[in-house]
Parts: sequence; C-alpha cells; structure tokens
Amino acid sequence: MVELRQAAVTLGGRTLWDQLDLTLARGEFLAVLGPNGVGKTTLLKVLLGLVPLSAGTVRVNGEPPRRGNPTLGYIPQQQAFDRQLPIRARDLVRFGVDGHRWGVGLRSGTARRRVREVMDAVGATAYADAPVGLLSGGEQQRLRIAQALLGDPTVLLCDEPLLALDLASQQAVTRLIDERRRSAGTPVVFVTHEVNPVLPYVDRILYLVRGKWAIGPPPEILTSARLTDLYGIAVDVIKVRDRYIVVSADDELATEPGGHAHHGPGHRH
Amino acid sequence: MGIWYYLQFGFAQHALEAAFLVAASCGLIGPFVISRSMAFAVHGTSELAFTGAVGGLLVANNPLAGALIGALVVAGLIAGLGQRTSERDATIGVILAAGLGLGVFLLGFYHGYASEALNILFGNIFGVSTGQLVLLAGIALAVAVVMAAMWRPLLFASVDPDVARARGVRTGLLGLIFLFVLAVTVTEAAQIVGTLLVLSLAITPAAAAQRLSANPFTVTVLSVALAVVSAEGGLLLSFQFASVRPSVLIVAFSFGFYLVARAVGPALATRRRAAFGRVSA
Repeated sequence: MVELRQAAVTLGGRTLWDQLDLTLARGEFLAVLGPNGVGKTTLLKVLLGLVPLSAGTVRVNGEPPRRGNPTLGYIPQQQAFDRQLPIRARDLVRFGVDGHRWGVGLRSGTARRRVREVMDAVGATAYADAPVGLLSGGEQQRLRIAQALLGDPTVLLCDEPLLALDLASQQAVTRLIDERRRSAGTPVVFVTHEVNPVLPYVDRILYLVRGKWAIGPPPEILTSARLTDLYGIAVDVIKVRDRYIVVSADDELATEPGGHAHHGPGHRH
Repeated sequence: MGIWYYLQFGFAQHALEAAFLVAASCGLIGPFVISRSMAFAVHGTSELAFTGAVGGLLVANNPLAGALIGALVVAGLIAGLGQRTSERDATIGVILAAGLGLGVFLLGFYHGYASEALNILFGNIFGVSTGQLVLLAGIALAVAVVMAAMWRPLLFASVDPDVARARGVRTGLLGLIFLFVLAVTVTEAAQIVGTLLVLSLAITPAAAAQRLSANPFTVTVLSVALAVVSAEGGLLLSFQFASVRPSVLIVAFSFGFYLVARAVGPALATRRRAAFGRVSA
C-alpha cells in the first residue's frame, strides 16, 4: 500500500531525511514522531504527491504518488474557522466527494446520501447543518474523518489530528480512526508530537530526528539508548504506567513526543 | 419629472442594464472576496482603475478600456509580487501608492474635460454608450462562466486550503484566476458606483448574505440578489431625487440591507441551532 525505498527529501538545500525504508502492512498504525521541522508532514506530502523525493523510490498502491490521488484519505489538524464562514458541517464533508472537481456541484441524491451515511458513522449528524465556525475542535475533527472516509481510502494520512483537542475528543477521534483500520484494513500514517494518546493503537513508530530515523514497535524505539543515539545527546525515557516521558537536560526536547519533564506527564500541547 | 419620465430615455435604460451587469458580477465574487480576505485587493484594484482610466483617456480617449487593461496589469503585479498571503496586503499597498501617483502624474497631461477622469472615482452611470454596454455584458458573461466553472474547487480552496491541496486542487492557480476575475469585475463596477464605493457592491451584499445563511449556495444567490436590488434600487431612486448621485443611493441600499441582516441574522441562527438540538454556540 505504501512503500519507500532508500527515500530522501531535500528542501531548500537541506536534507530532511534520507535512506528511509518503510513498508506499511495492511491495517497497520504507524506513528510518526520527532521534533518540529524534521520532515514529518513532508513525509505525508511525499505520499500525497505534493513534494518529490530527491532520491530513492516511493510507491502508493503500487504506483508513484500523484496529486489528487483519490485512494488517500487526509486528516489535518483542527483549525479556527471564521464564525461567519458560510460553510455548514455537511458542506465540509461533501468536499470529500467532489470538492476538487470543476463546476458548481449540482444537487445529487447519491452524494447527499453518502454524506449522510458517513456523518452518521462518525456521530456528526446532530450538527450537520451547523456552520463549521461554531463547532468545537472535536466536532470538527469528526467531520474531517467523515470527509476522508467518503473517498473509501486505502491509506489514511493524519497530520496532528489531535492537536488542541480535549482528552475526550482525542480519544473519540483516535477510536474512529482505529475503527476504520480494523474494519477495512486501512493502514494509518499518524503524524503527532505526542505519542501517549495513541499509544494503545500504535503498531510501529517512525522516529525522525534531524536526518536520522529509527523505526519499530514502541517498546523498541522509546528507550533511553535508542533516543540518545538518535538525538546525539543524553536522553532518558521513563515509563510511568502506560505513558512514556522523554526527559533531557537539553531544552531542545521542549516539543518532544510523550510529554516533557519540564511540564510533567500530564502536559498536553 | 420622476422615475417614469426618465425611463423613456436611452441613457436611463443603459444605466439600468449596466448596473444590473455590474452588480450581478460583484455579488457573485463577494462571498469569495470575504472568505479569501481580499477586501483590500478589491479596494486597491478599484482605486487603480483611476490610473488605468486616465491612461486610457490619454492614449485612446477610452477610460473603460484603459481601466480594464490597467486592472489586468495590477492583478498581475499583485500575483507576481505578493506570492504569499501574508505579504499580499503590503504588496497591494505598495502598488496602490505607486499606481495612484502615476495616475495623478498622467492626469497632468490630460487637457480634456477633467471630470471625465474624476468620474471614475465617483462613478458615472449615465454616460454608458451602447458599445460600452456590449463590453460590460461580455465581461459579466465571462465572469459568470469562469466563476461557475471553478465555483466548487474555489470554495474548497478558500475555506480549506490544506485539504484541498491534498486532494489535488490547484489552489495557487485558482487563486490567480480569481484575482484576475476580481480585478476585471471591480474595474467594471468602478464605472457604476465609482472606485471609492466599489466595496458597497463587492463586499456589503455578501457580508449581509452571510448573516442570513450558512449554506454557501444560498449565500451566493442572496449576495447576487442583494447587489442587484441595491444597484437598481439606488439608480431608480436617483431618478426621483435627481440632486443625489446614484452611487450614494446604491450605497444606502446595500448598507441598509447589511444592517437588517445583522439585526435578524442572530434570530435565524438561533432557530437553526434549535432545530438541530444544539445548545452551545
């Protein structure tokens, strides 16, 4: 479904990562972790066909990536919509059917039924006619999932979808994404800077740090030895119950996955 | 001498037709002007219609053609110099200042009837010739066709650019096309309400419409309707009150609609929310 071989990306003369080998298994949940600016989102853009590789190969469903590939579902982080923006919840979801096509988009019974079904599936029916600017972050993210599911995606690409959500919404959104991969075997690439909320679902972690990377199941990657090696400075990983806390004397880790020692384990960004 | 007296004259009929064409185009682009935060682009290109008009007067004694060509140049400059949204407003400010300076400079070489050029600042709806009317109709038709063709992806790109890009929408290209559509529409509107009051047709009706509905299609239809009613209503009223410029009455109409929409909008929104069992806003 997704396969990268010796892949590298160079942006503005800087190599973000290289020699990346990655093959996603059916139904796999891959969390992509790392500090800001290491190319986590860029990995998604490569798969979406928006950024080319500078070396190596990438295959999405056996083909090179292309812009507007309908087999990819994309779920972004929540955003602040203007309160007066004339878009209802159902309109935002409807973009998932035909938002990219030319023309006015006349009323279509089939499209409306599919929008209704998918909104029902994510529990968004109650606010289908509400303007998106009035929705909470959690409500908005349910719409994003509905929008992405409309295309019946073979891969789900999530870019920080839990950012700025409350704990209950984080869990609800993650569960919906998890449901999809279980029911349809859709692999998930989940970019996040905090692994703990999704830890129960994660099969493997791709950890990117300034050109270096490591991949494997969470217990293998989230160890003091592995992260010290990646960062090149002393890093301690502490496991408290089911949460990982990454600790370092260096302030560079302020945007680290798994919470930060300065803020304590309960901290959410 | 009231409305019915003036309506027998060709100039009055031309004015009503021109006002319809211009208002419909403005109402059509209005919702996108707001959702793409391009009010300043409207203001900038409309004021620069003055420079283009003076240039047109000097070269070919045709202010409308000059203004239209000027609008395309301005749109190209804005697109070329202000690539990122964050720098767009500053770029428009710079181009606006330089362009107006050029316009005043050019005006110094014009020895004809100076109000011809100044008309473009305040609008001169009663001087529309048959040839200009045909040109306006062609432009309005082109704007309508282009907007209909790109309505859906432009809406997607305007409210949700990241996801639109991920879905393969050429957001940059659509933004560029819209900028040119905007420039041409605004220049056309400058003929009617004048560059100083273009916002009353390109923003106010859309802003009013947004207060009344959250359905993007309904908002567009309402925006066009309010713009057309404002323009025609203001014009007809100016036949009755000949001492007031029509652009003033057009502004009065659209601003009135906006105030009414603001007053009744919250009640509509509350009813919508109640209908779907939502308590929180």
